Amino acid sequence: MSVGIISYGAYVPKYRIKIEDIARVWGDDADILKSGLMVNEKAVPDVDEDAATIAVEAARAAVSRSGIDAQRIGAVYTGSESHPYAVKPTSTIVAEATGTTPVLTAADFEFACKAGTAAVQACMGLVSSGMIDLGMAIGADVSQGAPGDALEYTAAAGGVAYIIGNKESELVAVIEDTYSFTTDTPDFWRREGMPYPEHGGRFTGEPGYFKHVTGAAKGLMDKLGTKPEDYDYAVFHQPNGKFPVRVSKKLGFSREQIEPGLVVPRLGNTYSGSCMMGIAATLDQAKPGDRIFATAFGSGAGGDAFSITVTDRIEEIRNNAATVEELLANPIYIDYARYAKHKGKIKVA
Amino acid sequence: MRDVAIIGVKNTNFGEQWDRSFRDVVVEAGVGAVEDAGVVGEKIDSMFVGNMSGGQFVEQEHIGALIADYSGLAKDMHVPSTRVEAACASGGLALRQGIYAVASGIDDIVIAAGAEKMTDVPSPKASSALAAAADREWEGIMGATFPGLYAMIARLHMHKYGTKSEQLAEVAVKNHHNGQFNPIAQYKSPLTVDSVLGSIMVADPLHIFDCSPITDGASAVVLAPADIAHEYTDTPIYVKATAQASDTIALHDRRDITTLDASVAAGKRAYEMAKMEPKDIDLVEVHDCFTIAEICAIEDLGFSKKGEGGIVSMNGETAIGGRIPVNTSGGLKSCGHPVGATGVKQAVEIVEQLRGESGKRQVDGAEIGMTHNVGGSGATAVVHILSRDR
Amino acid sequence: MSVPRFWRKQIARYNLVGTRCKKCNEYFYPPRNMCPGCRREGEIEDFKFTGKGEVITFTVIHTAAEGFENQTPYVLGIIKLNEGPSLTSQIICEPEEVKIGMKVKPVFRKLGQAGERGMIYYGTKFVPDLC
Ligand SMILES: [Zn+2]
Repeated sequence: MSVGIISYGAYVPKYRIKIEDIARVWGDDADILKSGLMVNEKAVPDVDEDAATIAVEAARAAVSRSGIDAQRIGAVYTGSESHPYAVKPTSTIVAEATGTTPVLTAADFEFACKAGTAAVQACMGLVSSGMIDLGMAIGADVSQGAPGDALEYTAAAGGVAYIIGNKESELVAVIEDTYSFTTDTPDFWRREGMPYPEHGGRFTGEPGYFKHVTGAAKGLMDKLGTKPEDYDYAVFHQPNGKFPVRVSKKLGFSREQIEPGLVVPRLGNTYSGSCMMGIAATLDQAKPGDRIFATAFGSGAGGDAFSITVTDRIEEIRNNAATVEELLANPIYIDYARYAKHKGKIKVA
Repeated sequence: MRDVAIIGVKNTNFGEQWDRSFRDVVVEAGVGAVEDAGVVGEKIDSMFVGNMSGGQFVEQEHIGALIADYSGLAKDMHVPSTRVEAACASGGLALRQGIYAVASGIDDIVIAAGAEKMTDVPSPKASSALAAAADREWEGIMGATFPGLYAMIARLHMHKYGTKSEQLAEVAVKNHHNGQFNPIAQYKSPLTVDSVLGSIMVADPLHIFDCSPITDGASAVVLAPADIAHEYTDTPIYVKATAQASDTIALHDRRDITTLDASVAAGKRAYEMAKMEPKDIDLVEVHDCFTIAEICAIEDLGFSKKGEGGIVSMNGETAIGGRIPVNTSGGLKSCGHPVGATGVKQAVEIVEQLRGESGKRQVDGAEIGMTHNVGGSGATAVVHILSRDR
Repeated sequence: MSVPRFWRKQIARYNLVGTRCKKCNEYFYPPRNMCPGCRREGEIEDFKFTGKGEVITFTVIHTAAEGFENQTPYVLGIIKLNEGPSLTSQIICEPEEVKIGMKVKPVFRKLGQAGERGMIYYGTKFVPDLC
């Protein structure tokens, strides 16, 4: 029996800051940064937005896109690195605000930038086993990057929700299989009570991102007996533009395959929402029968790879909620001062 | 029901009284009113004290007993003393309760007082305490402030009736003009329209000079049955009407956001009780917590057509010497607004005017005056009509 | 606001659940448990509002309420919901964007928090409805 996506919803705050505005504050060269990172601007939350509000907006979009009865959702899992509470679930807020309470299981996930895809895998298991009818997996972040740190140029805000089910008539995309590759690799972390994450600089590259993304991606293709040419689209975790471009080339995918899902230049790195946002942007334009290969990466470290085939139903529900392109269009650009205010970097009370 | 007269009055100075406590100011007002009436303490039957938020401003509840105690009326005489609360209309309501007590025949000599000590907390805390007069659960939690609520009234008034910021400013200018002749006023400096419009924006379209200040102060009056008033004073001032009305606690639930229906209803009841009309009133103290509030009050009490409050303010019709002098005391805007005291202070001003004791701000030949005291954004309104003639 | 006091009306705030009187078909948000029109004769039931509505009046607050200091200037408005009742809410838009009569729709936002250590209050605010 198939399991897959019956709906999805994305949310991106309307504010953006350009790399130039951040670079000006720290005396960096914006042109070098932009070409190096392949990021031009990043999404900034409003002053009253956090990972929970973003998760709710994405979840509501997912529920309304499919028109399902939210009471059917038996699990809500929210992956984030910026859960507003250290203890007290974001997922209960999402569940209450989407009308899925009270008969459900809920928990918050954390695995750096792949907590959302880990939640997708958990939902797939629960749905496939028959424990629940539908499950909702969310990746949402108001990503943290210390002022002046390289991360500040990319750490963005946004979230994506997927509703996972197994009724053939409801599936917009079948997930044929998923494969994870996990080791204990301390390339990036944030200690309890610390406001900003620490990272290993160039250590996050080969031993972190590339090893685990290729490990998961190759593992899944080997398991399924598929090759990059079998897929119409590919999406890889997007901490910047450079990494997914390089890893896709290394794995044998073309620039055309990754282009539709490469949202990072205009969005930044939405951490737990990153790869999931790329998949959503791809679903926004994929045709029935198209195949999507996706691999999320989470520092710490691990890769989750997915092989997805789009069904006919995608055409029926696609336009019932905002597309990623619509969410990225017509942003309001703010300067660093306002960005600092929105991010709570200015303490007033 | 017995007719009631005011036989003694007293306002303390209004302003920032850093060296004086809540009990200091309230005792001064009470003692002053009793002296003015020539009453001895043993004659006092009861006290009513308007106080909005002793709990938040001075962390003191049980205000009634405290005041009786510090007035020397508790320990031996055990005079009953009751605190009355209706946010900024607490003072007007204390006066009304005092009138009830005398009119009913239960009490003869009654003190009606009002007091607030607002500067013992920082301004944000004071604003927060005041915001409790609105709907905390459905207005306050959304970030509503009092200036914000009245700003929304002003915005819609402008939209519906073409009222202008200059007209709002004119209210402040007129009240500051009057205030400079009131020895107790917090602000005795005149303002210009330009200075009002050039002052910082608090809640668009209300500038800081559209807002009444945070004030310490107390006021008291002594009430007596009209039949024996002449035993105490040559010029008793008679209560011709006392009226009160309620409306929804939240501004968003009102029938019309630009009309304080509670003011309309209380005004109507007062006119009926006094068998009078707006044209019979020689002067009025209205609740100008914000300039727009005076404009609404002028309309809601029948001194102008709805929507023309701004125009009559601009024309000078509400100035001393105008058709209907409004807020000769300087109003809440210039005289100050110690919230619990305000309703009583308004009565003190009218009594002094009707007695002819108001000096440079005296309204010539004033015979009948009105007070109008509002709680919150208009959920309570209290109106009194006072007269030289019984 | 204390935890139980907020929690009690949490669904109303999250999902715009108000009430309606079956007797006179009047809608209430914020919710009321007694119909002011029918009083004891009224029959109250829960009702979930769509959240579509219109700005009746507004202000731009520059001097914030306590706890809102980090948000100034913020737009506060009275919104009339399509079903009838009016409510007070922040309107999330640039101050120069808001107009009387502007159509709005609901969004999920942080309303405030009980300090750095206390609970976070979530609920509904409104944004311009451009469609
Ligand atoms: Zn009814």
